[in-house]
Amino acid sequence: MDFTDEQITRYSRHILLPEVGGKGQKKLAKARLLIVGAGGLGSPAALYLAAAGVGTLGLIDSDAVDLSNLQRQIIHHTPDLGRSKVLSAKEKIRALNPDVNVVTYEDRLLARNALELVRGYDVVIDGVDNFPAKFLINDACYFAEKPLVHGGILRFDGRVTTILPKKSACYRCVFRNPPPPGLVASCQEAGVIGVLAGIIGTIQATEALKLVLGIGRPLTDRMLDFDARRTAFREIKTRRNPNCPLCGDHPTITELVDHEETECAVKVTSDIS
Amino acid sequence: MVVRINGKSEEIQGTTVLDLLKAKNIDPHMVAVELNDKMLERDHLATTAVKEGDQLEFLFYMGGGR
Repeated sequence: MDFTDEQITRYSRHILLPEVGGKGQKKLAKARLLIVGAGGLGSPAALYLAAAGVGTLGLIDSDAVDLSNLQRQIIHHTPDLGRSKVLSAKEKIRALNPDVNVVTYEDRLLARNALELVRGYDVVIDGVDNFPAKFLINDACYFAEKPLVHGGILRFDGRVTTILPKKSACYRCVFRNPPPPGLVASCQEAGVIGVLAGIIGTIQATEALKLVLGIGRPLTDRMLDFDARRTAFREIKTRRNPNCPLCGDHPTITELVDHEETECAVKVTSDIS
Repeated sequence: MVVRINGKSEEIQGTTVLDLLKAKNIDPHMVAVELNDKMLERDHLATTAVKEGDQLEFLFYMGGGR
């Protein structure tokens, strides 16, 4: 595959980088990335990955654009209200970079479809807003052995970590199971500062690009927590947990399960800030 | 004694991890606890003593994304 003059110009600032070059740009053009959730985290991730020249972007989301989304879900615009999120996102991506092949799934990620979907991609980005889906993505990526870039945001806090199945700590190594329902405030109640989606989503996109290019040091075995109030990042070391129910020495989770729906969460009450 | 909690030094009374969580009003089901870079099983929170110089991480669930 050769680039046209137009493509060489479009990607020139990448090609200039010794770590990317024409070779790296071709890797990006061949890459297939799946973004689960075309919302707060998915919006900036999709736009930057599209601009970067990723060959195929898969988007899965079953929702329609709501007015309360527009404070942070920057891939959707006011005229998109009521439209399918994946179609709205596809339109913006194609307008930004027609080189990108966008595959849309107007569906929820569930145990019945997760594994097959994830298998078709090189890297998965978690942009969902609930724990059942976050655990399901973690498990599906483990079984399919696909790298996962996890992200979460709430109020003024954000978190990113990269998971290389069977090589680095997975989400369940740290958080064994979803939190019990009822204990936690909902996203709608808790709120989120909109720009946080941009900060965390673009770090997720950075991690995905690095994985495709095979450069740098991935954000594995560490969680990067961001506090927007103090504008401070903090890194928490993690490691594979031998007692992990998924990737530990004696796994009890051997197939995908749909956890019951719980509200997203939360720092309920704590003296830690 | 002095321990580090989420990167910050704190003076605490001799106690278990579970008592420390309770003193801070943290429901143990809402948090994953790392003691000196190792995950603590939730069942062991009540039986694990906190010692001088320990490094604790209280990792809260963060589930948003949209």
